[in-house]
Amino acid sequence: MDILATESRITTGSRGTRLLGLAALAGVLALLVFAFVLTDPDVRTHPTSGEEFGQFDAVRLLYLHVPMAILTYAAYALCAAASAGYLLRRTPWWDVTAHAAAEVGTLVCALVLVTGSIWGRPVWNTWWEWGDVRLMTTLLLFLLFLGYLALRRAAVDPESAARPAAVVALVAVLDIPLVNRSVEWWENRTLHQKSTLAELKIEDLTLFTLVLGIVVFGLVVTWLLLHRFRVGWLERAEVTHGIDRAIAERRGVASTTGVDSTVGQTREES
Amino acid sequence: MTHLGYLLSGWGIALGVLAIYALRLVRRGRRLSARVPPAHRRWMQSPGTSGD
Repeated sequence: MDILATESRITTGSRGTRLLGLAALAGVLALLVFAFVLTDPDVRTHPTSGEEFGQFDAVRLLYLHVPMAILTYAAYALCAAASAGYLLRRTPWWDVTAHAAAEVGTLVCALVLVTGSIWGRPVWNTWWEWGDVRLMTTLLLFLLFLGYLALRRAAVDPESAARPAAVVALVAVLDIPLVNRSVEWWENRTLHQKSTLAELKIEDLTLFTLVLGIVVFGLVVTWLLLHRFRVGWLERAEVTHGIDRAIAERRGVASTTGVDSTVGQTREES
Repeated sequence: MTHLGYLLSGWGIALGVLAIYALRLVRRGRRLSARVPPAHRRWMQSPGTSGD
């Protein structure tokens, strides 16, 4: 059976997304090998005392946490761009794209907060630091988009929530520069170090694995975005066209008129 | 390996949550796709055919 075939299935998948999904799965497996087997732990030796220090194996969370953070920025930036597109064009495509990006971005942002907390415990000896500017701005970003999603969910008609949600997204995304630059602007008020990637503080296999993590999780997030977009598109189609009622009516008529009960198909094209 | 509990928790939670969300999306997609005519599923159409 061809697992890439689409015509025989009723799903939100397509040949492209199946290829993407397979690539993402293979990438995750490769990333796990690089992150846990091929890269070394962070062990340094103090020049005078000779004592070992560093993050040891906890550094392997770098390949998870940092890519997630970058992809949070990307998803929310996409949400803001699509929201601007919606305000300009007022077409469902932009709105569904913005909603999909916000939902996937918020999921990834939650994982950034959780994995950061788990990483912080062995490295900083704390699960959470309320005075850390980067933590607080990231939490604010998460809460702003949680509000965006709550606004979308509260609306009965997706059209009515589209415009205010787009405005919320455009305001919320302004927090991203604060999150990103917080370690530079308030360097005495954060436990985070400055950008590892921008200053190239890592090299060789560590750098390669980090970039691999960004690519692999990028594939995963792209796959999620595509499917979430399609789910949103179908939800919109179902609401707009009253599909439930049409199916019920069609099924009711099928037995008397000879219309095939399969959705969207008739024995005779009308 | 040091900090094994933290590593397994961090990676396990992240990959687990992503997998659960992906499965939920696929299920929602299947449920909705069964209700919506193919004309509204543009990704099902081969290149060259018109959209909805």
